[in-house]
Amino acid sequence: MNRQHAAWGFLAPALLVLGIFFLLPVIAAFGLSLTDYDLYALADIRHLRFVALHNYWDLLHQPKFWSALGHTFYFVVVGVPLSILVSLGAALLLNSPWVRGKTFFRTALFAPVVTTVVAVAVVWRYIFNTKYGLLNYVLGLVGIHPVDWLGDPHWAMPAIILFAVWKNFGYNMIILLAGLQAIPGDLYEAARIDGASVVQQFRHITLPMLRPTLLMVAILTVSGYFQLFAEPYVMTEGGPLQSTTSVLYLMYNEGFKWWNFGTASAVAFLLFVIMFAVTGLMLRVGRRGEAA
Amino acid sequence: MSPRVARAVIHGLLIGGTLVAVFPLLWMVAVSFMRPGEASSLPPPLWPAHASWHNYDVLFLRAGVGRYLFNSFAISTAITVLSLAFNLMAGYAFAKLRFAGRERLFRLLLGMLVIPAQVAMLPLFLMLKYAGLVNSYAAVVLPAAATAFGIFLVRQYARGIPDELLEAARIDGASEWRIFGQIVLPLLKPVMVTLAIFTFLTAWNDFMWPLIALTGQEHYTLPLGLASLAREHATDSELMMAGSVVTVIPVLALFLAMQRYYIEGLLLGSVKG
Repeated sequence: MNRQHAAWGFLAPALLVLGIFFLLPVIAAFGLSLTDYDLYALADIRHLRFVALHNYWDLLHQPKFWSALGHTFYFVVVGVPLSILVSLGAALLLNSPWVRGKTFFRTALFAPVVTTVVAVAVVWRYIFNTKYGLLNYVLGLVGIHPVDWLGDPHWAMPAIILFAVWKNFGYNMIILLAGLQAIPGDLYEAARIDGASVVQQFRHITLPMLRPTLLMVAILTVSGYFQLFAEPYVMTEGGPLQSTTSVLYLMYNEGFKWWNFGTASAVAFLLFVIMFAVTGLMLRVGRRGEAA
Repeated sequence: MSPRVARAVIHGLLIGGTLVAVFPLLWMVAVSFMRPGEASSLPPPLWPAHASWHNYDVLFLRAGVGRYLFNSFAISTAITVLSLAFNLMAGYAFAKLRFAGRERLFRLLLGMLVIPAQVAMLPLFLMLKYAGLVNSYAAVVLPAAATAFGIFLVRQYARGIPDELLEAARIDGASEWRIFGQIVLPLLKPVMVTLAIFTFLTAWNDFMWPLIALTGQEHYTLPLGLASLAREHATDSELMMAGSVVTVIPVLALFLAMQRYYIEGLLLGSVKG
């Protein structure tokens, strides 16, 4: 009995914090999304009305929601595979038995991960500068005309993806490297004796053995990339022509610029449902592939 | 391909990759010492012609960056200390103490890991507003004072503590709090260090929630101050680079000093999860 009491004593502070500042707001968010909470309700709560699913219905008819969703999917669909490919490439290189100074390379390649998004986004905004940016300068050396990276609606999202891949690949690299190191060496030994080429070894040993790690990395990256916000906030302010306005950017604008808390909560909930569905689907497909 | 060629290719690629990864950071430092306008020339200068502290003087004497630096340190430290205490206690309880509803509660905790934090942000803002806490340190510190991930991390680690050790102490008549303080905590030291670094870095780098919760510049953290400076001084590259240096150097230094613990934690939290 005494021990039960003690256990709750240990749990109480953390559970209180999580309950009050996370679980309760999440539940409240759903309630909020069913109301027309706006500036008037913020001033006087008596103006609050229950509108049922009207906010959701309304959003699904608004081009700005679909375009924000489209930009977010663009970021996820192009950014995640690119990011994982770069991570995998770096992990394979680092895992090579010939490499000297592994710790140095690992640290250097990982460094962007620990930097502050806002600060390095400011640096990259300068690198992407049309006139004086380093990227256009280097491209100019090989004869490519200057690109208005952050000012052209067609190039703004690719630029943000490039930045995100640079910033994040080190994280997955470390996890994939651990996955690679867990593959028993005698598998490769046996394959070499059978005369398998490096490419064959990669296809028939590395990839299948790495599959669970790759799946986990993919799911973590997808849910991370769905939460795109700080990058466009600092680099493009959602522009040009809204081309980098993500779902969370829309939520932020609806909520904290226009004070439409009801609509903003509906946006947040829709994003949550979409993320849940996409990662759930990935998990299912990934597991089925594993069983087959 | 002969081994010698393969070796050269692999090292070449690694060196190239490392340059791409590190160059923006080194260049950021170089540009931060340039004079106003110097960076806006062609070809882009890699090195300041006459290095000066001018931009840092402007940042600290006129732009109030010292205040943001202080806020960032205060907020990140407070979050680290509080969440370390709360997560260690809860993680240990989930791993080693028996109580009714433990499994169900733990599953609820795991479920919370998949909910994006942004879903909670709007009601949380309203709650804090009615409590009069918007634009205070507490608005940023309190919601971060415990995390499902932290509890999970500690639990994974604490499961390795042998039950016999705890039972022996109980037979000797030690109280549960004393067992925690004198036997468990010293054993949890590695995960404590890991969690502390993780929490501090996350708190320092956090952007969206502080942006919402802190409405006045006097409470701004470095990322917020930098973002607002970037909107005012969009063309002032040298000044902005100096601001980025001030924001990035503390976390980069912490990582470099403690990277073994950091990377262990990263793997503990993901692969073994």
